[in-house]
Amino acid sequence: MSVNVNRYKCGYCGACVGVCPEGALELVETWIEVDNTCTGCGICAKICPVGALVVVK
Amino acid sequence: MKERYDVIVVGAGPGGSITAKTCAQGGLDVLLIEKRQEIGDPVRCAEGVGRDALKKHIAPDKRWIAAEVKGSVLIAPDGTQVKMSEDASNPKAGYTLERKVFDRALAQQAAMAGAEVMVKTRATELLRSNGKITGIKAMYMGETRDIKADIVIGADGVESKVGRWGGINTVLKPVDIETCAQFLVSNIDPGDYSKFYLGSNYAPGGYVWVFPKGEHTANVGIGILGSRSGDVRAISLIQRFVDIYMPQAKIVEIVVGGVPVSGPIKQTVSDGLILVGDAARQSDPLTGGGITNAMDAGEMAGNICIKAKEKGDYSVKTLKEYEDKWRATIGKEISKSLQVKNLLIKLSDEQLNQLAHSLDGVDVSKMALPVFLLALFKKNPKLLWELRELFK
Ligand SMILES: Cc1cc2nc3c(=O)[nH]c(=O)nc-3n(C[C@H](O)[C@H](O)[C@H](O)COP(=O)(O)OP(=O)(O)OC[C@H]3O[C@@H](n4cnc5c(N)ncnc54)[C@H](O)[C@@H]3O)c2cc1C
Ligand code: SF4
Ligand code: SF4
Repeated sequence: MSVNVNRYKCGYCGACVGVCPEGALELVETWIEVDNTCTGCGICAKICPVGALVVVK
Repeated sequence: MKERYDVIVVGAGPGGSITAKTCAQGGLDVLLIEKRQEIGDPVRCAEGVGRDALKKHIAPDKRWIAAEVKGSVLIAPDGTQVKMSEDASNPKAGYTLERKVFDRALAQQAAMAGAEVMVKTRATELLRSNGKITGIKAMYMGETRDIKADIVIGADGVESKVGRWGGINTVLKPVDIETCAQFLVSNIDPGDYSKFYLGSNYAPGGYVWVFPKGEHTANVGIGILGSRSGDVRAISLIQRFVDIYMPQAKIVEIVVGGVPVSGPIKQTVSDGLILVGDAARQSDPLTGGGITNAMDAGEMAGNICIKAKEKGDYSVKTLKEYEDKWRATIGKEISKSLQVKNLLIKLSDEQLNQLAHSLDGVDVSKMALPVFLLALFKKNPKLLWELRELFK
């Protein structure tokens, strides 16, 4: 389970990092990194203001 | 850069810079780190701020004041306008900032007070020895190094990790975050009041703000609760608003972001660790304002660091005074705001219209927010009954 970040859409605001229960996301300056603790819960994808995140099974 | 400091502040937003400045003024050795290569950029803010709250920390400077605003206008779903002033005593109630310049000015203040500043430097974890926090690991220009300190301040914003690393739960649930999108628009006449549009025709599930930002420009944004985001997104809603209500507007900048609207969280200090500003979820759940709360908290945190150094005790026992202080001030305000917000989001368009009409003939133009809410409550006790505790 993971999330896919559409980096052409992402506005690197960090909102998704703040809601991830696992701490799987990190905002590094202008891009989002996802680590292997992601459970695919989809919370980040729900709250992203631009819809740049998609859960991948 | 040295190998050790009294205090390391992670994040050079308003909260972090004021913390660092306060520590440096108290004679502490302090390092302020910021992961971005440019402090303050990209902006994730509507840049509205109350004049008096700001002046406590820094003298207004036209380099970072984009516009002066006289007060606020609330616009009900049926278009009824309710005009209030943010400060009854002065027509110049607030400012719209230029945060790119403002945030940098605050960091400069910290630097001038004696703080060291490092940009493009990202904290990646906490250092510990025998369980005790002893500093941070930081990456600068692709290289990792250890930096020691007695106290680490997490002023790392909505995406805060410092608290989590220290065992403090700062995870925001979808209902605890306002997800936002904003355009800086040109070719409009913004007037000199900040405007807030409520109701499903303007902003389904949230509200729209229009903050004047100087001649022919304004920040036009929307915030919706994270729990209502998903099928619709902030970005498409604000595009829709601009298309319908400001067809002539030209979009010259896009801003996105999340504001914590959880109200006070349970814990913001642990041994050798303090959280400040958005990292401590101290923004106002009703207005989404967090700049001056972060600055107030930063000053409180800095003062406690000075005390801790004097005592030579960096444990919760000493640092808890920070927690008590902010809860008694900022905490009280944001708890009230949370209650008002929780009620507001339940109201239908008709009920919002009813509230606006109840003020027909009442002069609210000089009322500050608390007085305004009381006036509203007196006119609509049934609708607002669950807020009665606020007015005791
Ligand atoms: C769309 C929007 C509109 C808003 N409108 C307003 C408004 O009109 N008025 C108002 O008062 N408030 C507003 N806010 C809220 C306001 O922006 C924040 O409350 C305020 O910026 C909080 O300040 P801070 O110092 O706590 O955090 P921030 O300003 O977010 O600063 C945190 C800093 O920490 C850095 N950082 C994060 N992690 C690390 C790390 N690991 N290492 C190093 N550095 C790190 C970040 O890059 C950032 O620069 C708005 C927010 C949004 C999203
Ligand atoms: S919430 Fe969306 S826009 Fe913001 S950083 Fe995450 S993926 Fe990017
Ligand atoms: S899907 Fe859930 S666990 Fe994975 S990154 Fe998003 S919020 Fe975190």
